Amino acid sequence: MTVAAAPATSERRLTIAEALREAIAEEMRHDEKVFLIGEDVGIPGGFGGAFGVYLSLPEEFGHDRIIDTPISEKAIAGAAVGAALMGMRPIADLQYADFLFECMDELVNQAAKMRYMSNGKLSVPMVMRCPVGTANRGAQHGQCPESYFVHVPGLKVVCVSDAYHAKGLLKSAVRDDDPVLFFEHKLLYGSKGRESAGGMDLTAHVPEEEYFFPIGKAVVKREGTSVTVVATHMSLYRSLAAAEELQQDGIDCEVIDPLTLLPFDEETVFASVRKTGRLVIAHEDTLTGGWGAEVAARVAEECLYSLQAPIMRVASRNVPLPVAPVMEQAVVPSMARIKAAIQRCCEG
Amino acid sequence: MGPTHIADEVDAEHELDLYRRMQLIRRFEERVYLVYLQGELPGTLHQSQGQEAVAVGVCDVLRPTDWITSTHRPHGHALAKGVDVRAAMAELYGKATGCCGGKGGSMHLGDPSVGMLPAIAIVGGGNTVVTGLGLAFKLMRTDQVAVCFFGEGASNEGAFHEGLNFAAVQHLPVVFACENNLYGASTPFHQISLVTDVAARAAAYGVRGVIVDGMDVLAVREAAFRAVSDARIGAGPVLLEFKTYRFAGHSRGDVRGYRSREEEAEWKERDPIVRLRERLASTFGAEPLDETDAEIEETLDDAIEFARNSPLPRAEDALTDVYATVIGSEATP
Repeated sequence: MTVAAAPATSERRLTIAEALREAIAEEMRHDEKVFLIGEDVGIPGGFGGAFGVYLSLPEEFGHDRIIDTPISEKAIAGAAVGAALMGMRPIADLQYADFLFECMDELVNQAAKMRYMSNGKLSVPMVMRCPVGTANRGAQHGQCPESYFVHVPGLKVVCVSDAYHAKGLLKSAVRDDDPVLFFEHKLLYGSKGRESAGGMDLTAHVPEEEYFFPIGKAVVKREGTSVTVVATHMSLYRSLAAAEELQQDGIDCEVIDPLTLLPFDEETVFASVRKTGRLVIAHEDTLTGGWGAEVAARVAEECLYSLQAPIMRVASRNVPLPVAPVMEQAVVPSMARIKAAIQRCCEG
Repeated sequence: MGPTHIADEVDAEHELDLYRRMQLIRRFEERVYLVYLQGELPGTLHQSQGQEAVAVGVCDVLRPTDWITSTHRPHGHALAKGVDVRAAMAELYGKATGCCGGKGGSMHLGDPSVGMLPAIAIVGGGNTVVTGLGLAFKLMRTDQVAVCFFGEGASNEGAFHEGLNFAAVQHLPVVFACENNLYGASTPFHQISLVTDVAARAAAYGVRGVIVDGMDVLAVREAAFRAVSDARIGAGPVLLEFKTYRFAGHSRGDVRGYRSREEEAEWKERDPIVRLRERLASTFGAEPLDETDAEIEETLDDAIEFARNSPLPRAEDALTDVYATVIGSEATP
């Protein structure tokens, strides 16, 4: 596997949904052991999977390899775990990450532990795609449950926020021999009707030629010297927007997309914090026990004497998600809240 | 390794072999209990005396390339599927030479090289995972079969229903082998389910459900032969329910206050090993059976000695085998 070089001159802009579809199609062509399994993934005249990521794939790969299941998350996850144990490379799909709680046993007790319990004789090369994120769907269709899985040794946890890394990381996840939970934000797919994402251009350059992006590697999305901001998904884009506004005030933000939460690329974050002396972490998961707490702890352990101000976290309020937009926006980390946290962090 | 052709008829020599394998499990369990009481084993034990006919009868119709999933009570399944006796014993002792290197222990006995996942000690945990084994065999167009052993207690878990339904609708080469030993730990099945025949639930999923005398190894084998043969040719899953009984308590400290000694005596009258031994003795006389018993004691003497003399794992081995591909700082968790 090779890490892609810098983007070629000719831009080929794709949405995340298109990039994911390309990654899946390439991997299914590359290896007959790759297959898709989930609800509504291949039904003719259906949805092409939640958010349309699988549209056109059944025509190319057929219904043996694109398996429509009952509404039965334990069966989906269990089938993926079992098939992976036998050497297949399933890509399973749960439509909404909230449904992960329906199959915690299969993921936490089985997928994460089979390699260990077998003393390294077995592996579980599966991917579980999990759409997350608030989008006026309320308490059970908008959570960001990544942090539950960051707590589980044996799993890998990826969060993608742009098309280039979505494709490169999904291809790496499919070829990885460990179970990978792949978290995608619903407002970032870039499909029609997602103006609620704030009118951002959600396409990114995706090269024609094959590439991989490694699991466990963060990227610096914006270089700066005043403060380090670590953020994923919508919080990443709001952090980047805040950074642009704060530039006028002389605050020069370095914004990092960790991309993989487990294993976490400490070195990239530590190096940045040692440079800036300040750290803000922003995520849409709730605050208490969120992955930001783990990052804050590690930075405190390793970089305390580089810090010039307390570490700040911006996260969803510790409440279930409400539907009414005015309440929802008060719960999730807004650009204004992220901006205020960065300003406060830079006061001292 | 065993033959790939599985005979549908059992001759007298074969019956003697079934006896040998059931008796190996019985004596393994009994001797393990003794060394446990002597303080030689860490952890706890869930023993399967009384249920040997199910493990042996089912595994007798499986090929080495077929797979099983097991439960928190896996010793019998492991030995029946061919896990090495020394490696199984050493695993119970928590030794480096154990079949899981000491990481699994009693409740996770298994060995992929003989077609057994580390046993899944979450009740119902295997019932969904087994569908994936079957799905892989179907997609790879092999003629392998996967068997899921589980207890009647698992039949009230969602996993039982989701696994059975998915296996059925996908026509997967899976056999669900329920060991109905009447009690989930201390709770009688009739107290927690109005439908006390687990096999009756098969109808809800459009698959064949069969009630089998789990105390008769030949009846077990015959039912398993048909179910596995069906699964192997793509006819889809079957739910087998073996009516059986565990002679020991649920786990090592259980004094069985929740059931009567009369009930236990009735079931012991049907002891599958005693029944087969009596029948074989009338054919062969006692001598070959006594010889078999003596060989089993030697095998177990050897396994216990092997386990006792095996090295402990290194403490730092606890940090290995979490990931197949280790990246960055998680290399040393």
